[in-house]
Amino acid sequence: MKHLLSIDDLSTDEIHALFATAADMHDVQGREVKKLPALRGRTVVNMFFEDSTRTRSSFEIAGKWLSADVINVSAKGSSTSKGESLRDTVLTVCAMGVDGLVIRHPASGAALQVSEWVDAAVINAGDGMHEHPTQALLDAYTLQRRLGSLEGRHVAIIGDLTHSRVFRSNIQCLTRLGARVTVVAPPTLMPSGITTWSAAAGFETSYDLDDVLRGDGVHGEPDAVMMLRVQRERMSGAFFPSAREYTVGYGLTRNRLALLRPDVPICHPGPMNRGLEIAADAADAAQSAVLEQVSSGLAIRMAVLYHLLAGETDGGMA
Amino acid sequence: MPAPDDTTPGPVSDRADHTVLDARDISRALTRISHELLERNKGAHDLVLLGLHTRGVPLARRIAEKIAAVEGAPVAVGELDVTLYRDDLRSQPTRRSHKTVLPPGGIDRKVVVLVDDVLFSGRTIRAALDALADLGRPSAVRLAVLVDRGHRELPIRADHVGKNLPSALAERVSVRLVEVDGTDEVSIS
Repeated sequence: MKHLLSIDDLSTDEIHALFATAADMHDVQGREVKKLPALRGRTVVNMFFEDSTRTRSSFEIAGKWLSADVINVSAKGSSTSKGESLRDTVLTVCAMGVDGLVIRHPASGAALQVSEWVDAAVINAGDGMHEHPTQALLDAYTLQRRLGSLEGRHVAIIGDLTHSRVFRSNIQCLTRLGARVTVVAPPTLMPSGITTWSAAAGFETSYDLDDVLRGDGVHGEPDAVMMLRVQRERMSGAFFPSAREYTVGYGLTRNRLALLRPDVPICHPGPMNRGLEIAADAADAAQSAVLEQVSSGLAIRMAVLYHLLAGETDGGMA
Repeated sequence: MPAPDDTTPGPVSDRADHTVLDARDISRALTRISHELLERNKGAHDLVLLGLHTRGVPLARRIAEKIAAVEGAPVAVGELDVTLYRDDLRSQPTRRSHKTVLPPGGIDRKVVVLVDDVLFSGRTIRAALDALADLGRPSAVRLAVLVDRGHRELPIRADHVGKNLPSALAERVSVRLVEVDGTDEVSIS
């Protein structure tokens, strides 16, 4: 593994190896000296061409705790706003001797494209509506910590599937780890061609959230619920009549929360639209895993940086 | 997938393995180390045994059992992984890390005894000392090893040695323990 562009780049063994490393890294968060020397002398650049709080700061802290030098470049305030092309920006930064490049870009496939231009290890931190592999890894890692194992467990993914790279990475990661997945969305936010896709990848689809939460769907009661953000910034048309109508049909409201067993973790990749896809009662419930996802995210990103950058640069992951 | 530990037995060479210590020798050596530790520390108070992954961990547990049998009280044991502190990380494929587990009392103001199977270049111990510095401040750090085979590359020595085993650089010293390998044996080939 030289780059991490898609969950597809990882073998199932590699996913488990990353989780094992993440578990070791997790302990560092509780230490007084939160620093490991493993990436001393390595340089990591965070290139974010899209807004981000948690992913960028999480990669930044992960790199720093591993003693790498981390630099942030964002589209605003960089030469990109003067009209420099992505290729020129990337090559310029890499000419400074960068070992790892964490990239987020609104165009699907941007990370793959960049990986063909540079020698540095490229980590996809979200490319358009394509993939967000570290998010899927941290989600699965969080659920595995809560549930013990994902094998045979039923995970319901709910919300704006069409625009969600988190969903596209998660469906691969979860099914690979043996979870049974049901995806729920209004017809307008269900990706086109989902029936062929779900048949090939082996997951279920539903338009009725209450059915799925009650356990009336094919897979029965969910063991975990994953809410997705309604991505208004990617919506060019009207996908639902009003926010209220979305909440009534597909929001995790107080009434729907009551349908879930109290041990069912509730995940949300953030940032949350409170009151739209998730009610405050659900977001702040004891069973909510939202903040756990953030600390898991740090551990997972430390593990990814370690596996990509610590060893011989051409050696790949052992 | 994980890179082999430096103690993993390599492919069988054409020369037959020569057993240096059998199970009873290992047990006797650990008993002696346990008594030396107690004598030096004047008892088991404030003693923390930290086993280095992989085979130092079961050795630390065995020493702890022996000390507990003599003193009649349990002694703190932990595990220390130094993978992320190694100086050869970037010259080989990424190594798998292991868990570091400190006893509940921590290591601050304790006498920490690092326990490992083979003392060779001294680089693992150098890494362990760095790791310890990030985890706390022991009042003293000692080193106990089952085998000292020489060829130090750093100014490091062991306080307690089970067996001094002069060896040629090309020779391979293998420690096998029941907990990891299913048998107790130290051999050289």
